[in-house]
Formats: sequence, C-alpha cells, structure tokens
Amino acid sequence: MADFTLRVNGAARRVSSVAPDTPLLYVLRNDLELNGPKFGCGLAQCGACTVLIDGKPARSCSVPVSAAAKGAITTLEGLGTIDKLHPLQRAFIEEQACQCGYCSNGMIMAAKALLDSNPRPSEREIKQALNEHLCRCASHNRIVRAVQRAAKEMA
Amino acid sequence: MKTDLSRRDFLKTGGALVVAFALAPDALGQAKPAPLPGSLNTNRMLDAWLRIDAEGTVTIFTGKIELGQGIGTALAQIAADELDVDLKRVRIVYGDTALTPNEGQTAGSQSVENSGTALRFACAEARDILVNAAAAKLGVAAASLKVNDGACTTLDGKTAAYWDLVADANLKREASAKVKPKPASEHRWVGKSVLRRDIPKKMTGGAAYVQDVRLPGMVFGRVVRPPSPGAHLVSFDEAAVKRMPGVIAVVRDGDFLGVAAQREEQAIRAREALKKSARWKESASLPPSGDALYEHLMTKAKSVDSVVSEKTSATAAAPAKTLNATYTRPFQVHGSIGPSCAVAQWGEGKLTVWTHSQGVFPLRGDLAKVFATDPANIHCIHAEGAGCYGHNGADDVALDAALVARATGGRPVKLQWMRDDEFQWEPYGSAMVMKLSGGLDAKGNVVNWTHEVWSHPHNNRPGGRDGVNLLASWHLEKSSNAPFPVDPPQPTGGGDRNSIPLYDFPNQKVVKHFLPEMPLRTSALRTLGGYANVFALESFIDELALAALADPVEFRLRHLKDPRARAVIEVAAQRAGWQANAKGDGERGRGFAFAKYKNLACYVAVVADVTVDRSSGKVRVVRAVAAVDAGQIVNPDGVVNQIEGGIIQSASWTLMESVRYDRTRVRTRSWADYPIIHFGDVPQVEVVLLDHPEDRFHGVGEGSQGPAAAAIANAVANATGRRLRALPFTPERVKQALA
Repeated sequence: MADFTLRVNGAARRVSSVAPDTPLLYVLRNDLELNGPKFGCGLAQCGACTVLIDGKPARSCSVPVSAAAKGAITTLEGLGTIDKLHPLQRAFIEEQACQCGYCSNGMIMAAKALLDSNPRPSEREIKQALNEHLCRCASHNRIVRAVQRAAKEMA
Repeated sequence: MKTDLSRRDFLKTGGALVVAFALAPDALGQAKPAPLPGSLNTNRMLDAWLRIDAEGTVTIFTGKIELGQGIGTALAQIAADELDVDLKRVRIVYGDTALTPNEGQTAGSQSVENSGTALRFACAEARDILVNAAAAKLGVAAASLKVNDGACTTLDGKTAAYWDLVADANLKREASAKVKPKPASEHRWVGKSVLRRDIPKKMTGGAAYVQDVRLPGMVFGRVVRPPSPGAHLVSFDEAAVKRMPGVIAVVRDGDFLGVAAQREEQAIRAREALKKSARWKESASLPPSGDALYEHLMTKAKSVDSVVSEKTSATAAAPAKTLNATYTRPFQVHGSIGPSCAVAQWGEGKLTVWTHSQGVFPLRGDLAKVFATDPANIHCIHAEGAGCYGHNGADDVALDAALVARATGGRPVKLQWMRDDEFQWEPYGSAMVMKLSGGLDAKGNVVNWTHEVWSHPHNNRPGGRDGVNLLASWHLEKSSNAPFPVDPPQPTGGGDRNSIPLYDFPNQKVVKHFLPEMPLRTSALRTLGGYANVFALESFIDELALAALADPVEFRLRHLKDPRARAVIEVAAQRAGWQANAKGDGERGRGFAFAKYKNLACYVAVVADVTVDRSSGKVRVVRAVAAVDAGQIVNPDGVVNQIEGGIIQSASWTLMESVRYDRTRVRTRSWADYPIIHFGDVPQVEVVLLDHPEDRFHGVGEGSQGPAAAAIANAVANATGRRLRALPFTPERVKQALA
C-alpha cells in the first residue's frame, strides 16, 4: 500500500493506502469520485475508461496508478462542465451523438487527443482515431458528425 | 447520485396536489372497470401519473425506464403538451417500486405506446380539472380561459396558475379518459426533435448510471460464477481469500460464490483468487455448435409444436415451381458496453436495490421469492445502465448484490459483473432455424407459402407466476426453479414473431417448434424472434422473385395490399434510387427488405448497398436507406436515432456475431472472442420518416433489425449471385459460398 499525489484535471489530488498496481480507473472512480471514465471490459478492448495522460489517450483500466502518477491526467470532467461545455461536449449534445452514452467518455477523450494533434481531421482520420472504441447502440455516424462539428467550432 | 426521492419526502411536501402515491382502486367486490387507454388501464388513478407542486414543478411518473432510448424526453414532451406547460417544468420519475405505476417491463418497443398514451390521457384530464378549478376561483367560464405554461388567464387579464390551485384541484381520483387529448395541430412539443434531457450529464461526467451510485459506507462486490452451466462447487480456499487485503466477506451458498471488499480492485483480486482455488464438478451439457447445432435443434431438442397461422384457398392455382430454403441464426449476445451492475443494501430486514432492470416490479417479485419475504420489504429503484437491448444481466446482478450485501452488516454493496461474467452468463438471443417453402404459379405469383421455425424461449424475464428467473437463485443451496418457459403468443409472438407474412398468399402455413429446454440460457434480445424470421422471410421473398424473374420491389408490391406497407416500400426505393432488375457486378450489390414489426407496430423498409471482397470474403455495408412509418411521431430525431442504431447493430449481428462454446463451456469471454462492428465498417444511414399525426404511437426500437439483415443478405446475393442463408456472414462463409 502506498500514497500517491495525482495531477488530475489541473489539480493535485492525494490518494492514500492504495496498492501501486491498482488500475487508475478505480482510483479515479472510487477515490476521486469521477464518473467520466467507465468500467467496460478491464482489458483495454473497449475504450470506455479512456483518459488522457500527458495529452495522450490511455485506457485507465490497464494503467497502474503508480505509472499514472508520473503524468498529468485529464478526464471528461476536466474538459468542461454543463455550464461551461467544451466544444466536443457541446457538439455531442447538439448532434445527440449517443443512445445510452456509456461509451461517450472514451469517444470524447479520444477525439480530444485527435483534435489536439490534428485540428482539421478528415472523416477517415476520425474513424481511424476512434476505431478501437466500441459503441453498441451504434451511434457511430453521429459521433463522427459531432467530432467534425467540434473541429469546425474550434478552428 | 441523488436517489433519495422517497415516498416519505412526498408525504412531507406541504401543499402538494398529490399527497400520497395511489395504486389502482381495490378491485374487490367491484364490477370489472371500463378499459382505459395504455397503462392507465392497470394504473387507474390520475395521481399515480402526475403531481404538481406549489413551486411550479410538474412531476410525471412512469413505470418504464430510460435506457438511452430517449423515452424520458418523449414522455415529457407528451405531458407538457397536454398540460400546457413549458417542457422545463416537467420532471420525471422512472420505475421505482415505491413511487411509480407498475408497468411491467420496459420492452417490446412499447414505452411510448403504453406509458405515453397513459400520460397523454392523464395529463389531458388533469389539465381539465385544473382549468376548471381556475375558472371557479376567477369566477369565469372555463372555456374563456387562456392557458399558457400553467397560467390560466381571463379575458380581462386576471390569472390563476396551476401552482396556485394545489388546494382546489383534486387529482386523487380514478381517471375517466373522457377528456380528449389535443389534436396534433395544437402540439407545441410533440413532433419536434427536442434535445434529450439525459444527454448533457452523460457528456460531462455527471452521475448518470447505476455505476455512479455512491452511498455512505459502500463496499464493493464481485461474483465467481461456475466455469460452465450446471457445474457444482466442490471446494475453494476460503481462509486464504479472507486474509487478502480489504476482504470483508466471502459468501458461499451452494454453487453461488461472491466476495465483498473495501475497495473495488480488492474485490476483483479476491475474485481472481477464488477462481483459482475453486474446484468445480463440470459436465458436458451443451449442444453441438456450428452447423450441427441446427440439425440438433430440428431433430433432437424437445419440441412443443403449434400451427401459428394457416390459410387455404380452393381457387388458387397449383404451383408451377416450388422452392425450399433453410436459414439459421446462431446464439448472440446483448453485449452491453457496461457490464451489469447493482447496488444493494439491507437494513432491518428490508432490502433496497438500485438497478438498471427493465422491470423494477417484476424484479422485486422475484427477489421477494428468493428471500422469502413480502415484496413490501423490498424497494427497487431504477438507475440507468449501459444500453441493454433486452434482457441481459441487469436483473441477475441485482440478486448477486443482495446476496453479498447480506454479509456486510448493513453496508451497501456495489456489485458489477466483469466482462467475462456478462459474456458467459447473460441470457442469449436464441439460435433459430427457419425452413421455408414457396410455390409460384405460372405467372410468377406466390400461391403456396410455409414457414417453420425452431427456437428456444425469448422471454425468460423475472415476474413469472411460478419460480424465479434470476441466475443466482438456481445456484443457491436452497435453490429456486426457473418457471417453465412460455413463448409469447400471437399476435406479438416470441420465437414466431414476424413469421406470419404480411403478403397476401392464398395458401400459407406457419408452424412454430418451441424448444423449452435451454442448455444455453436464452431470453429477450431486441426483436425476439423477429430479427431471424424477417431475415428468412424477406430473403426467401427475394429468392422467389428471382425464380419468377421479377424485380424484388415490384414482386413485394404485387403481393401487398396494406397501403402503409406499400408506402414505406415505395419511399425507400425511390429515395435510394432503386433501379428495377439491376444486377450486381460481382463485388457490389443492392438489396431490399421490409417488415412491420410484430405485424402490428412500425413499418420499416430498408435498402442496403454492400461490397464483397472476393479474395478475403469480407462483406461491408456501405450505405443503408430506410423509410419508416411509426404512426404519430413524438420526437423525430429520437426515431431516426433508433432506426440508425438498429440498422448498424443489425449489420454487426448479421456479418459478425455468434457465441462460441464447446460441449461443456462457453468460450466467448471478451470482445476478442466476440468482435462487433467498428467505425471503419459502419455504413452511412439515411432515414426517411412518414409521419401519421392522426394515428397512435408505434414503437420503433426494434423495427429495423430484421429488414436490415435481409436487405444485406439480398444485397450479397445481388452482388455475387450466391445466397447466404446462415448467419453471420463471416469471411469464411462468404469465401465458401463464392468458391
């Protein structure tokens, strides 16, 4: 068991008595009470748990907290709030880009990383960036449109 | 997550129009009451459906639940229109055994139809009561009042709002349904693509799901399922697991094994350790897989046979040509992205469960049987889960959480299944065989039609009269029995759903072979048998059209009288630019299919364009065009979303999905064993809505899957000249067909 100071959404967050190999996901959800990252498979196959570590998408179900503590972590909550939405969040709402929304966290976080490195991605590039994220309700086309809409707004 | 909307709070609220939750009036000694529309018939009090408080909030109550299909928004639109209030005033309470009407299951694409209809009539009647109360207060005739956002205003500008009338208007009365709802022309919200109310919090990390419920002192649970159906627990190392960090309790009851720990990852590690040390006695109880399964279903499985539909004509010509074809569908999963989850807490013999079950009342009934207690001692509260598409592990995990929570000294337990729990133990959509035969007369018209279908049950949800339909209950030392499965009868049907053609065939016979014994547990997956039956029926229509040298669209229309069916077919063909008798080029093709879901809900026609890579065998759906008649449309974008999602999900089922198993164990454990469609393979989808504002609501959640599957099959046949009759159309199967 060890204590860690995580940099999450720009703030230092102390978590104590956690096994170093604990997947980051459970620390974010249970210690820090963040709802954005979701448990989907625990095997880095579905993308529902995605966060950014130093700006790069990471599957938090498969990153030990000890490793994550070395970087700056961004979760869905760090992008914006209901009153001050990030353009991606606003675009997902305007395009109604989900049914159940359980995968949306991963979609938005992966799209954030994409737009940060490629502000005007083609449809193909968006699909490539999201290809390893699963959506079972099949809102894929809406999600692509939402990312395009956000890219336009942010340009 | 705020979940404490208790009955007591309602009772405490001063000055509310509704002071107590009301159930249907005691039917004892009363004559059978007059039928009321939708779910009002079984929940007959107005105040069971809505409440207006002095602060200006309208709360509507539905026994249905939100599962991402957007019913909360649709129901609020209906209520706001009938009450003449702003949509922002409307708050909604979903399935809660202490608060809402009992509307059974949220299933069958019937929420807007049942709950929406009830709310429409209840709110129309409530508006009438309120406006009359306002008229009395203001000393004018009710008809002279103008109502705007709950404010009733006289010609000379005096106003009384609903919220000022809480003492004067009484909604604690049985609905009469005598107040006519508004005509479509007066709707302000219904018919508009209002943005869904559940989405903003989902996009910002708000507490939106049962997974986000956090209670004081809450601990975490996990289950250790047997390695195979029918396996028995011989031994396990309890002491070693109890010594692991954070472990609070190890719960063993018969073949049920669970664990609770302080932290979630500790519960997961304890689960792994239990799995490692547990010894089970397994047996080879599963049917053959692959093609042998279908032979097994038709010849070996115990069958209850019935004739579902029969029609004979003395005047029809004898067939000049007869075709036969057999189609198959494997076991398939719901595959929710979020594994099933529940939170359970015991206190003073009472159980509270937060659940994403599709039916909180039926779940409560089954839990009461397991714990041998009065249902009044159990409170089931809906909280959303990941999209479920039918009966997945939602109910089962509620019992798991309740069983583990008995060992945590009153501390609440959040228990989520792991991915392999969900893949191995959720009830599957049944494997099915459809054997069709059709005869054409000399003119190329269908004169004979038979459809035989073999299927396991599609409806093993909780809430049966005898027995318990919860997984863990069958594993306990004092185990429960599952109720004997019943297939829903026509007109909706279960395994035989959509097996009766809507086409006008002079001679027809439809036979159902219901296979009640389930070596692999099956239950409701979106459409029940509808997906496979429409796949078979609409594939076979194309096979007959080809034999009759007819264009598939023209062939359908010539056998179809229903003008609304004809309309969706014509609109879909026209919008897609359908060209009669167009042939594929070996790699590209186009297919058509149509169905009216359950033969009594929405009409959907689909045109699919596919490409077939002849060297790899990979089929891609490039584009789909759908025309939809869903009766009166409440939220057009909501309908489009359901149809788009249905078509793409069906493309995934149709091209990729089947459960793997051997004679003992299910081998599908992760997404690597059960690939589903990815972004790169998703078709563009265009949806055309045919609105019928004069009509009732027809559910749409399950309307497009069957037509999409058949349209894809027909497109592959159009492209390659080869007919695929076994789902899914994997590259191996396609290559085999092309060889």
